[in-house]
Amino acid sequence: MPVNETLSQYSDWSYTTAVAVYVLAMIFFLVEQSFGRHGTVAAERTRTRQLVGAGAQAGSTVVGDGAEPPAAVRPARSRAERMGRTGLALTVLAAALHLAALVLRGLATSRVPWGNMYEYIMAITLFAVVTWIVMARKYPVRHLSAFVLLPVVILMFVGGTMLYAVAAPVQPALQSYWLVIHVVAAAVASGVFLIPGVASVLYLVRAAHDRDSGRFTRLAPKLPSADILDRIAYRTTVFAFPVFTFGVLCGAVWAEAAWGRFWGWDPKETVAFVSWVVYAAYLHSRATAGWRGTRAAAINVVGFVLTVFNLFFVNLVSVGLHSYAGVG
Amino acid sequence: MTHTETASRPTPPRPNPHRTPLRRALAFVRNTWRGLTSMRTALVLLFLLALAALPGALLPQWDLNAEKTRSYITENGWWGQLLDRLQLFDVYSSVWFSAVYLLLMVSLIGCLVPRTGDYVRAMRAGPVRTPRNLSRLPHHVRTEVAAAPDDVVATARRRLRGWRVAERTEADGARTLSAERGYLRETGNLVFHFGMLGIVIAFAGGALYSYEGQVIVHADGQEFCNSGIFAYDSFNPGLRVDGTGLTPFCVRVDDFEPTYTDAGQPISYDADIRYQSGADLESGTWREHHLEVNEPLRTEGDRVYLLGHGYAPTFTVTWPDGESRTQTIQWRPTDQTTLLSQGATKFDPPGITDSEVRRDNQLAVTGLFAPTAALHGNILTSAFPNLTDPAAAVDVMRGDLGIDSGQPQSIFEIDQSMVDSGRLERVARENLRVGESVTLDDGTRVSFDGVRRWVSLQVSHDPTQGWMLGFAIAMFVGLGASLAVKRRRFWVRVTPAGDAGNDLRRSVVELGGLARTDQAGYGEEFSALARDVLDRTPRERKAP
Ligand code: HEM
Repeated sequence: MPVNETLSQYSDWSYTTAVAVYVLAMIFFLVEQSFGRHGTVAAERTRTRQLVGAGAQAGSTVVGDGAEPPAAVRPARSRAERMGRTGLALTVLAAALHLAALVLRGLATSRVPWGNMYEYIMAITLFAVVTWIVMARKYPVRHLSAFVLLPVVILMFVGGTMLYAVAAPVQPALQSYWLVIHVVAAAVASGVFLIPGVASVLYLVRAAHDRDSGRFTRLAPKLPSADILDRIAYRTTVFAFPVFTFGVLCGAVWAEAAWGRFWGWDPKETVAFVSWVVYAAYLHSRATAGWRGTRAAAINVVGFVLTVFNLFFVNLVSVGLHSYAGVG
Repeated sequence: MTHTETASRPTPPRPNPHRTPLRRALAFVRNTWRGLTSMRTALVLLFLLALAALPGALLPQWDLNAEKTRSYITENGWWGQLLDRLQLFDVYSSVWFSAVYLLLMVSLIGCLVPRTGDYVRAMRAGPVRTPRNLSRLPHHVRTEVAAAPDDVVATARRRLRGWRVAERTEADGARTLSAERGYLRETGNLVFHFGMLGIVIAFAGGALYSYEGQVIVHADGQEFCNSGIFAYDSFNPGLRVDGTGLTPFCVRVDDFEPTYTDAGQPISYDADIRYQSGADLESGTWREHHLEVNEPLRTEGDRVYLLGHGYAPTFTVTWPDGESRTQTIQWRPTDQTTLLSQGATKFDPPGITDSEVRRDNQLAVTGLFAPTAALHGNILTSAFPNLTDPAAAVDVMRGDLGIDSGQPQSIFEIDQSMVDSGRLERVARENLRVGESVTLDDGTRVSFDGVRRWVSLQVSHDPTQGWMLGFAIAMFVGLGASLAVKRRRFWVRVTPAGDAGNDLRRSVVELGGLARTDQAGYGEEFSALARDVLDRTPRERKAP
């Protein structure tokens, strides 16, 4: 399995460019978010939607899901709005470069491109961005994109500098089709979990402001209603949780074949189990009186903190069978 | 299921003078049970479980890495000992972890039993009555159509194919339909929770009846038989495994071949083995198998894994009287990337019966072995993990090895206390290539003859594994259904229009909708349903 140096080089360039374009997109979003009226407008729009409803007949009330904004209240496109649209276009462009970087890595090494931590972070952040693009099309939250791109850019920067690994084949224990299934499930779940994590933090800000309008006076009024943030967090978690469950199950099946036992409380397994339990608690909390809202959001944030912890601490600090980071 | 909370909240204890102690005790038990099986308790227990599992990832654990745990405890003094006493190095078999685990299990059972009952009842009962006031529902449409009530009802029934539908006529003559869909959600949810219960039970079974043993076998046709604990280098039995009645089978390792990139990164490990199990043991048949990482040998319900490999240098000691002994003992890799290895090959002088004399003249060849030698000055290191240019840097020790002391000894090391007390002395230090030798002061010659490879194998036995997989799949499928399926209700009420409510060519149609769980997404479906029911109803031609 020789490594194609040229493709690997192209992959690196593509990666760096993607980070740069994300940063550029972030600037556009920040302009939209801080100077534009768009944030407030979007928040108002969602409030209006609860009342107007889509396609209702005269004399009847149908409360919609809030998916499509009613045409009547769409404001004339302001400069801030144009900024936001450009930002989103740039994000899509960066995501395309990001995808190219991942695909080129795979072609360069003739294997799936998530065999070490650098590649894994590349995959996670890509899934996070794609999920966000979908959400930004469904809900009026485009002006919040900078909050998502910030952790993405930080992760990609850390991945690309401190954790960078030269393209190479993987060791024998990783040469299995389970590398494709198990790791891709873990990467999709972790990437998607970034979105509810961010949405839940914003929810906590918004809810704190709603309770006491003296708090977060600069940021909170530009956020959409707490309800929308809660819905985004729930939708994405409900998607990612079964994927994560599937990933853990496949991991157990693989561990049985590779290490001789399906579960051994290896640090990575343990933290995965803990974060699985935390996300299950999140789902439960939304069905428990008195736990919906703020507490549920806080639990979701804890879940994401654990996901990040599992990525960094367990790969870099602790020693276990999962130490495939390919650093140092 | 959002109603669970209210249903299972413990009733506040009312002071009641007529209560007997027995009654009060019963009430206490009932309240405790209700409290334990409430959703909120389950939530708290879930958190406790997460919290309790976490130290296992942060602190070294006895059963994963005993050596590291021991050094952690020594380094941390009283703090380390306190943590040890609190079972923080043994998290998953600790009292407190088991307590949380058991409470959660009880809570789960207590929650599943009534929910299963509710589920069966709900499946029998069919869709609930149409609420009096449909306009209070989150989704609602009220309109008048030019069609007879019968036609509206017939159209709605057709549109609601696939839903469970109940038709009723109310006291004032209004016709209603109650429809419900998405029962699979609750089914999935129950399957999920039962699957989880099954996993918990199977896991406990595994802790009782499984075992795992590791053994090093030379890759030159050496044989290993699963005949008892003594056959292993290390053995971890489940709580109910005493080492008798292990599944009989034998494995013979003929060859082992690793491949590496030029940079020394391993690409593959392959071992050619032969094995005998079941009827083959009687007939003496050996079957061939190609053992690889990720591809264990599965036979008779047991599994044999290729875990690691290393080198066993061969040394020959020739005493001045011409007697000689040759030994090939595995040395232990100290560096996994270059396979620089360390070990101790121990020799007893032959033909000496006096144990005192014998003990003064035991020999050990210790030191380093490099599969690809790289000398930095006189210091031997290894440049590459594969056998290209083997060399050994040996210290020959003479004296009392302490083998007869009754203390168990590592096969990889000499007893350092013997060296410290001066009863074991270094008598030579030399770098040897294959074929070279060193001669000691008394004329004894130690030669380095060659190298063999060894592999470490693991035998695993776990009768609960199949169950575990079954439950896990059930759980996953149940989870999918529980999260993807939406439980929703749809109601139709049709009343004849007109002042007296008797114009049979015009109807007032009221539609209502409610999603039992997450509201999101039902809006569009409801709108589509409403539109279809209203638009598809054949219109009466207006009377002239
Ligand atoms: C052992 C840990 C448990 C885990 C990991 C777990 C997991 C889950 C999951 C993933 C859901 C789906 C949530 C949803 O539909 O939105 C759920 C639902 C539910 N669980 Fe558990 N569960 C556990 C224990 C329990 C226990 C002990 C109870 C009872 C006290 C319980 C009661 C429920 C109920 C009532 C629902 C339905 C909530 C709904 O439909 O939204 N669970 N559980």
